[in-house]
Amino acid sequence: MLVDLQGPWSPLLGRLALSQIPYENPILAPLFVVVAIMGIAIIAALSYYGKWGYLWREWLTTVDHKKIGIMYIIIGLVMLFRGFMDGLMIRTQQAMAVGPDAAGYMGALHGYLTPYHFGQIYSAHGVIMILLAATPLLVGIMNVIVPIQVGARDMAYPYLNAVGLWITAAAAVLVMASLFVGDFSHNGWFGIAPIFELPYSPGVGVDYWMWVMQLAALGSTLGSINILATIVKMRAPGMTWLRLPIFTWASLATNIIALTSFPALTVALALIGFDRYLGTHFFTAGLGGNLMLYTDLFWLWGHPEVYFVILPAFGMLSEIIPTFSEKPLFGYVTMVLATFGIAGVSWAVWLHHFFTMGAGPDVISFFSVATMLVGIPTGVKVFNWAFTMYRGRLRFETPMLWSIGSLFLLLVGGLTGMMLAFPAINYMVHNSVFVIAHFHSMLLMIVYAIFGAVTYWWPKIFGFKLNEAWGKAVFWLFTAGTVGVFVPMYTLGFMGMTRRLDYVFNTQWQLLLDVQMLGIAFYSLSVLAFLGLLYVSIRDRAKSRVSHDAWGTTHSVEWMTPSPVPFYNFAVVPHINARDEWSWRKEHGFTDLRPDHYEDIHMPKNTGIPLILGVLTFLLGFGLTWRIWWLCALSLALIIAVVIIRSFDADTGYIIPADEVERMERAHHDRAQAAVELPQAGVPGGVTAYGQGNKPAAKGEVGAPGSGISSPEGSRA
Amino acid sequence: MSSSTSKALDPSSVELWDHSHHHHDVISTRTFGFWLYMLSDAMIFAVLFAAWEVLSYSHSFAAGPTPASFVEPGYVFLQTLALFTSVLAYGFTMVALKNGNKAGVISGLWGALILGVAFLALDINDVVHLVGMGITPDLSGGLSAFFILTQTHALHILFGLLWMLVMLVQVSRFGFSADVVGRLLSLRLFWHFQAVVWVFVFVFVYLRGMLI
Ligand code: HEM
Ligand SMILES: [Cu+2]
Repeated sequence: MLVDLQGPWSPLLGRLALSQIPYENPILAPLFVVVAIMGIAIIAALSYYGKWGYLWREWLTTVDHKKIGIMYIIIGLVMLFRGFMDGLMIRTQQAMAVGPDAAGYMGALHGYLTPYHFGQIYSAHGVIMILLAATPLLVGIMNVIVPIQVGARDMAYPYLNAVGLWITAAAAVLVMASLFVGDFSHNGWFGIAPIFELPYSPGVGVDYWMWVMQLAALGSTLGSINILATIVKMRAPGMTWLRLPIFTWASLATNIIALTSFPALTVALALIGFDRYLGTHFFTAGLGGNLMLYTDLFWLWGHPEVYFVILPAFGMLSEIIPTFSEKPLFGYVTMVLATFGIAGVSWAVWLHHFFTMGAGPDVISFFSVATMLVGIPTGVKVFNWAFTMYRGRLRFETPMLWSIGSLFLLLVGGLTGMMLAFPAINYMVHNSVFVIAHFHSMLLMIVYAIFGAVTYWWPKIFGFKLNEAWGKAVFWLFTAGTVGVFVPMYTLGFMGMTRRLDYVFNTQWQLLLDVQMLGIAFYSLSVLAFLGLLYVSIRDRAKSRVSHDAWGTTHSVEWMTPSPVPFYNFAVVPHINARDEWSWRKEHGFTDLRPDHYEDIHMPKNTGIPLILGVLTFLLGFGLTWRIWWLCALSLALIIAVVIIRSFDADTGYIIPADEVERMERAHHDRAQAAVELPQAGVPGGVTAYGQGNKPAAKGEVGAPGSGISSPEGSRA
Repeated sequence: MSSSTSKALDPSSVELWDHSHHHHDVISTRTFGFWLYMLSDAMIFAVLFAAWEVLSYSHSFAAGPTPASFVEPGYVFLQTLALFTSVLAYGFTMVALKNGNKAGVISGLWGALILGVAFLALDINDVVHLVGMGITPDLSGGLSAFFILTQTHALHILFGLLWMLVMLVQVSRFGFSADVVGRLLSLRLFWHFQAVVWVFVFVFVYLRGMLI
């Protein structure tokens, strides 16, 4: 029943053969050398400094939600860079291959990429950016922040959390493997039926794409269960639903979307798998297959997915803007309702991705109206943020800059989305680069929010702030890149340039394509500036240490525990009395964060099993891609065995005794006290707008309301 | 914000730290998470049913056989009986669990396991029979949907049976520890859910299949 393959296959290696390794490719072979040298350098450095044990104990086997979140974010940033390189190559090719006279290099007729290679690059770009860059970045930030915001010590299922991380890592490694072993898919990030069927795509590219997406989907589904259960079950006492921090609300809504929509992707991909491996006819062009079935199933996930990525970004803005406007969030309840409104509508709009495929007028009208409805709750949010800033005491620190940039992009992306929601307009611009510009506005809006959130919460996690000057440089370079690339792209869309062109026939578009290259140059500089930002900030960290309330005007629960957050989050779980608990405490002078006595803490033990599961999952994915059946069977059997063995381990936690907790807490507080003397304590604005009861204090004075940690005498004076 | 009174509060009247010693309930947290997992599993079946609905027109079977020519409702009803009695046996397990009766739990699990195996054997026999007649999933889109939907359900059953085996060992080894009880409760959810899905498979795939 297994399908007939074109090309060789051996029981031992499946379809794998030396010829599948592109050692002659002028781009990939040098890249491989670079990657190999970097890998060797890292291994050598780890051995030289004797850090293997540290790596294993503190990171690879951890179940601490903060470290897991950080690793998610690292995966996301690395993948963001890889996706950016793909984008850079796409832009370069399009700028080079304009008109019949354009020169060709490295085997290409025009430009430097052959059509097949170009197809792989744009497919990889989309998959990576959406599933392996944006999603892990957001999941990582939710992982770090949500448990602290709800006053919990860890996720509901710390072990499952680590499993989700390592499965996501397996997906990332698999997509990187496709660079050096075999090809990647060339039929777009969403897959085009029936091109992904075996007769039209006989190589392993589509298989890579399928399993990468499948693993990423699995990781996200597991993660969503965890965050939902954490929010519902692990809230600190007193935290009623209407006291839930707004980012946590956004995480709740977004993970409901994930939980209900990712299975649709899982099934859609699995059905492609059956077609390609067993020869079934779900999406084939003949024998009763149905191409539209795939398109519907994919976008049934695909549209909710875009809201899955945007809602946490909205949540981040809702945390950052109040902090830097020194005002509480305007319209908390409407914000929550709008979040759930968006989440709900996201299920009823998927058909707008293929208006042109000829559904009847009733269907098209329904989906058009439904799509436009999304604008209402989104508008509510935008106005809420605007009113939060209105008459606030605005401080344009880096997180706020990113947030405001994000708002502008939301406006542009949202309005162009509205245009696309009109079927009459859509018929004109569908599959043009106008659509590309639309969703890049939206996705960049998310990236802006992510950068804002990383800058905002960085001091919470690491105990020192990122450098302001460098942070602003990154922001402005990145923004120059965004304007430089996407304004010309909108224009080209109106001029009729279609998407995914490996050769641009119209020489009049050359100028705008060159302007986009200028934008790409700014983006490249921003990448360098970002590295500079990390370097300078880490080098100067002693000067930028902060105590728990890093920005002086924060409001929610995560700012009530030391920075960097101890691994147990809260020595004693806070009792929540108000919506913005920390503002409330500052207002009433309850700023002493030392409880009167400590208690034993129960924490989950580290375990290497999630990592083992991740490795096995990667082997399974690799085996399936290359049809190495013994490897598939073996890794699957081992996965099942490992899960069962783990279930026999009843002893998965340990107790930290109360006096030990007290000792660690004291150390944190001492360090924090030392930090207060530093210049950052005199935050501009000084006093919070929440706390009329607090008197503004002199700069640098211990216990100034804006200065973070305060001694009880100082704050109640 | 909600409490913008700037009146000073009496520190002794507010509760700032949680000293109530309440430990969060491990079993209820686990069960809640499992409900969420079941929701995602329900979505998987929902999408598969949608695919079956799309692919169950007579033209989806191309020139090949349609379910009307090979579905035997009597045989499928036997499967139904096996699965439902298995669920019943699992219900007895739960009653025994409530009474703290270890032997009862173990025999209930065995009952559920054996009846579940019977269901699976009937299913495998059916597939072998069909393949023997040359009715395979690669003949047409309709048959693809037919096989994948029914066998995805069977795969879930296989998974549940494996789980029962593990629980048999764990109950006899660990008794009713919080972990074991939590797992038994989750398995109950899982097993009942598969029976519910089977009702849909029975009605929409087999019974309706007789009309295609
Ligand atoms: C105000 C809300 C929005 C509206 C009205 C809207 C509308 C649309 C429409 C009608 C299309 C189809 C265009 C076509 O292919 O002809 C589209 C494509 C797209 N939108 Fe949006 N959208 C909105 C928000 C978003 C958000 C928040 C995101 C992501 C974060 C997003 C990401 C995308 C993507 C990725 C595509 C194209 C996918 C592809 O073809 O590869 N959109 N949008
Ligand atoms: Cu959409």
